[in-house]
Amino acid sequence: MNAIATETESYEDYLNNDYGWKSWLFTTDHKRIGLLYLVSITLFFFLGGLFALIIRLDLMTPPGDLVSSETYNKMFSMHGIIMVFFFLIPSIPTVLGNFFLPMMIGARDVAFPRLNLLSWYLFNLGGLCMLYAVVNGGVDTGWTFYPPYSSNFSNTNVAMAVTAIFIAGFSSILTGLNFVITINTMRAAGMTWFRLPLFIWSLYATSLIQVLGTPVVAITLALVAGERLLHLGVFDPAYGGDPILFQHLFWFYSHPAVYIMILPAMGVVSELVASFTRKEIYGYRFVAAASLAIAVFGFLVWGHHMFTSGQSIYAGMIFSLLSYAVAIPSAVKVFNWTATLYKSSVSLHTPMLYAFGFIGLFTIGGLTGLFVAALGIDIHLTDTYFVIAHFHYIMVGGAVMGYLGGIHYWWPKISGRMYPEIWGKLAALIVFVGFNLTFFPQFILGYLGMPRRYHAYPDEFQVLNVMSSAGASILGVGYVLPMIYLAWSMRYGEKAGANPWPATGLEWHTPSPPPPENFLEPPVVTWDAYDMSAQPELVARLNDEDRMYEAALRAGAWKREELDVEPPASGA
Amino acid sequence: MAETSVADRHTHGAARAHQFDDAEQQRDAVTMGMWVFLVTEIMFFGGLFTAYVVYRTLYPAAFAVASLALDITLGTLNTAVLLVSSFTMAVAVFGSQTGRRRMLVGGLALTIALGIVFLAIKVYEYYQKYVEHHIPGPSFAFPAPYTQPAKMYFTLYFAMTGLHAAHMIVGCGLLGVLIVMAWRGRFTPEYHSPVELSGLYWHFVDIIWIFLYPLLYLVGRHLE
Repeated sequence: MNAIATETESYEDYLNNDYGWKSWLFTTDHKRIGLLYLVSITLFFFLGGLFALIIRLDLMTPPGDLVSSETYNKMFSMHGIIMVFFFLIPSIPTVLGNFFLPMMIGARDVAFPRLNLLSWYLFNLGGLCMLYAVVNGGVDTGWTFYPPYSSNFSNTNVAMAVTAIFIAGFSSILTGLNFVITINTMRAAGMTWFRLPLFIWSLYATSLIQVLGTPVVAITLALVAGERLLHLGVFDPAYGGDPILFQHLFWFYSHPAVYIMILPAMGVVSELVASFTRKEIYGYRFVAAASLAIAVFGFLVWGHHMFTSGQSIYAGMIFSLLSYAVAIPSAVKVFNWTATLYKSSVSLHTPMLYAFGFIGLFTIGGLTGLFVAALGIDIHLTDTYFVIAHFHYIMVGGAVMGYLGGIHYWWPKISGRMYPEIWGKLAALIVFVGFNLTFFPQFILGYLGMPRRYHAYPDEFQVLNVMSSAGASILGVGYVLPMIYLAWSMRYGEKAGANPWPATGLEWHTPSPPPPENFLEPPVVTWDAYDMSAQPELVARLNDEDRMYEAALRAGAWKREELDVEPPASGA
Repeated sequence: MAETSVADRHTHGAARAHQFDDAEQQRDAVTMGMWVFLVTEIMFFGGLFTAYVVYRTLYPAAFAVASLALDITLGTLNTAVLLVSSFTMAVAVFGSQTGRRRMLVGGLALTIALGIVFLAIKVYEYYQKYVEHHIPGPSFAFPAPYTQPAKMYFTLYFAMTGLHAAHMIVGCGLLGVLIVMAWRGRFTPEYHSPVELSGLYWHFVDIIWIFLYPLLYLVGRHLE
């Protein structure tokens, strides 16, 4: 392809076309904005992780020796608020979505670049408000802000925290709006809807949820702030208000928000599975439609958070049934990834390890979701560690695994350099082991009846809690490692070239790092997503590599370095 | 979205921002952008409308009685003012489409004036509520047995009309920017998306009021 031919020529890329802090803080380049978000959300990720660390340290001993009950309440509240609103919801869309959405559809930028930058500023303004709430004594309501506790009784910075989420919410709305319009109007010539990569489909579904759901939580949290500051009483039984109404409005957004977190990760996994099996995703149209189906069903199941809140039992039955319905499109995805893997020759690069991790852990998280979607079982499991384990399997085992897989997969394109493969694999393994050791014991704890959000527990739960804390420390190492070696690789990593894997998407049809307007000439798409046969030069390259390895193996080489001999056929 | 394309237009010295292939793509994008933005606005107001539905269902009699405390004359007058302003906004859009600058500027000026009249009447109504102790808070007073639910009614009244008024103020600001641009001849029949999109926004805010008026003012009029 033309892109590969230009690799040796010199060109201006998006990193060296301008220098200085102004070129970053006033940029409207979606790629630079993606990196700005990467910095912001990484900071929040480690801040949220710090609170998790304190929680796990405290739970090492049954009486909870490290912090007081009040401090413990603040720790799990701020862990939840920061991880949900300032890491998980923005993570994949704002970093990988911002960077790659325009490239993958063959556009020069998103539809509204200035709005995109405004979103980043709003996000950070919200983040600063949250930091203020944290250093000013914290919040202790849990991330759910249930009144009347949050409105009348809590003595912590609730008003500032909900203001933070309100502002960050508008950042999320504007990003979603920008993505919807970009996908609708900015696709390259020949990029029809059913040629879009599945990552784009999943981002589209995610953006629809952001656009439709976030305004509702914004107005709801504004009412909570109004209750605290002006004593409005909309959710206060003493004034004739109904606290259950808050829960309905809150979960109307916050359940779909779970799909804001998991759908983009599913999109990443679709890219990874296709790229590392060198196959088209089995049932492409079903996987694409499943994203939209999850977004639609996701809006109809919020009541399953309220089975024990005093909601009518008939409403509960319907919400339970609809919650089961979400399992169908989710299972479609898992089965289709598995079917794609069937009889393929998988190359086990680091991103693919994360993809395998995602598929397994998401399956466990999804199936345990069916447990708690059942009315009877939920009475036993509600507000126990079973629920904690379930949603961490989705959000950490699913969303964070997808995020890390995506970061590694696209790192060569972002930085122009390869990450060190051996360290990547090691970190992926550590994350997988640490994650399971942290959260699997919590399923058992929850089943045995340990409630969530408690600072102390009976002695017989200690073994499982210590296992969980030990796992968390391993998980922490797994998260710090990529920080170090990715930073290292920006300078010392091997040059990646335009298409190191090789993969079929448009983002690989341009040099790494990409030029400021993404493509040296406007792309024209003539192939379906992931169709490698439409790109014969990639097939030839893979065949060359195959011949090379085969020849080396015949010659008796068995170590990786010894395999690294000159290819016999014409190089790509 | 209107602002984005307008601002880009400044920096690039042409009607088309760099990320778009042609003017038609830009027009499609900004128009769809405004429609999607209005959808988010519907959801934003939707939370309050939901709360209204819930509490009116819980306290139907109190809502009917409390609604009688509003000034029907001023409410109806304001509805008329807003409907006329939507007409003058449509005139301004027509002026921009057909390249009649005086019609455009005049339409925008009239629309802003009517918007300010609406806000002034609203402020006077709020003042009346203050005098009558109908503002929820320590000094709130309403005859028994409806004191508590009437307070809920007035909380929703102020939240909904207040949010609506905030949107009116933003709208007046938008139209103010447009007048300056129109005066400088920035709009042509080929390029007038900002006028058209601000018009969409104005009509949207108008429609919100069309729902607020019967829900807040007309609930209990049959009792008179």
